[in-house]
Amino acid sequence: MDFRPVLNSKKITLGIVLSVFSLFVSVKALALQEKNPAEPATETKEEAKFDPTETIMEHISDSHYFHIGGKLAMPLPVILYTDKGLEVFMSSVFEEGEKIHGGKYYKYALVHDKIKAVTGEDKTEDTAAKVFDLSITKNVASMLMSVFALLLIFLSVASAYRKRIGKAPKGLQSFLEPVILFVRDEIALPNIGYKYARFMPLLLTVFFFILINNLIGLVPFFPGGSNLTGNIAVTMVLAVITLLVVNFNGNKHYWAHIFVPSSVPVWLWPLWWVVEILGIFSKPFALMIRLFANITAGHIIVLSLISLIFVFKSVAIAPVSVAFVVFMDVLELLVAMLQAFIFTLLTALFIGTAIEEHHH
Amino acid sequence: MNPLVVPDLGLVVWTTVAFAFLFFILAKFAWKPIMAAIGERERSIEDALLKAEAAKEEMSRLTNENESLIKQARAERDLILSEARKAKDQIVSDAKEVAHKEGARMIELARVEINNQKAIALADVKNQVATLSLEIAEKILRKQFEDQQQQDELVSQLLKEVKL
Repeated sequence: MDFRPVLNSKKITLGIVLSVFSLFVSVKALALQEKNPAEPATETKEEAKFDPTETIMEHISDSHYFHIGGKLAMPLPVILYTDKGLEVFMSSVFEEGEKIHGGKYYKYALVHDKIKAVTGEDKTEDTAAKVFDLSITKNVASMLMSVFALLLIFLSVASAYRKRIGKAPKGLQSFLEPVILFVRDEIALPNIGYKYARFMPLLLTVFFFILINNLIGLVPFFPGGSNLTGNIAVTMVLAVITLLVVNFNGNKHYWAHIFVPSSVPVWLWPLWWVVEILGIFSKPFALMIRLFANITAGHIIVLSLISLIFVFKSVAIAPVSVAFVVFMDVLELLVAMLQAFIFTLLTALFIGTAIEEHHH
Repeated sequence: MNPLVVPDLGLVVWTTVAFAFLFFILAKFAWKPIMAAIGERERSIEDALLKAEAAKEEMSRLTNENESLIKQARAERDLILSEARKAKDQIVSDAKEVAHKEGARMIELARVEINNQKAIALADVKNQVATLSLEIAEKILRKQFEDQQQQDELVSQLLKEVKL
């Protein structure tokens, strides 16, 4: 049977999208609700104080547990590279930060969801210990899953291309080909020019890596829920990759423009160098901040709207919250794609200016 | 500083590793064949379009050529037909003239011949008539001069007529 006419109907599609998003919202609300009584209960019995800031920060930061729902959380492997050697154990030993774990070399405790080497039961930091945390955190686990998903998707698409040489694309292949062509024709070609082919693998990888992680971040339950592209470490790595690629591919015109600008009087050159060298770093820096801030801000807004229900302690506010959250989620869907596009576009633009033949 | 803007070094390391791994695997096993296949297909489509365009042009060229050929052939046919008609008329009129001349000549000859024959026949008739007249006259004379008297009478008459 042909279902396309049904899916083509705008109303039905919109209905499906909205219902999926309201499902997301209700899961989010549940997640917050479950969190809420558990924590403040330790402080005061009479009035459970809800601190939205703490809850939101907890949701958008990295964690050593992968929360699935309610009290159910998947422990993740902890890998510590200390000055005495490697330590590997599961995060379940901390029992949600309650316990101190005595490792091979040091004692460890979870302080604000970060592993610290401690001296004793009072969780005072062991300043002598040099511990480098290489754990598989929630974000790392989520990223590895996204990498696995990307490999699965694109290797199967690539095999489809190999099998169907010269034929029209089909299935997943036909779904992704317009996106690949978009990256080529709208991002790489206009900004880099005829040498674009060399940079296509990087641009495509960056684009799909950011896109899939943005989208995973929008899914509030288990395989999603991480805030990977809203984490400054991740955006920093991506920005540094852009920085390195741009500057290692810079041709003599690019460097001449920076160090011996012919159109600038010589006495201004020192100032020019300061500005240009700042520019080299500020461009990727802006990339890093833009992606991080956009994604984090989206998460914060959605979580704040959900928190309203608990701040007002009223179910009556829920429909309002839900309506706004649905709106925000749809907006975030746009932002997810837009940010992947902008990051890739600007990377292409910087590469384009670095390899341009005639500098003006 | 806000913990949100402090990059966690562990995550930096893992992101670098994961991204580098993803990049190298995808670049080698996905992007290369995908871009190659897309490029190849686009080239073949462009090729096919160009060929179709060329074929269309060739078709219209051929059609035009055919039309002009047909026109030319038609004109030639008309020319040949009119020439043939002219030749036919010429031949017919020539033949008529020749026949006419020949007829006239033959009639002339016949008339001359007829005249000749007539003259010969007349001469012959004249001779025959003369002979016959002589024979008749001889016979008559012979009959008249059978007795001597009559012969003497005639000689005497004749002698009378002679005046010396």
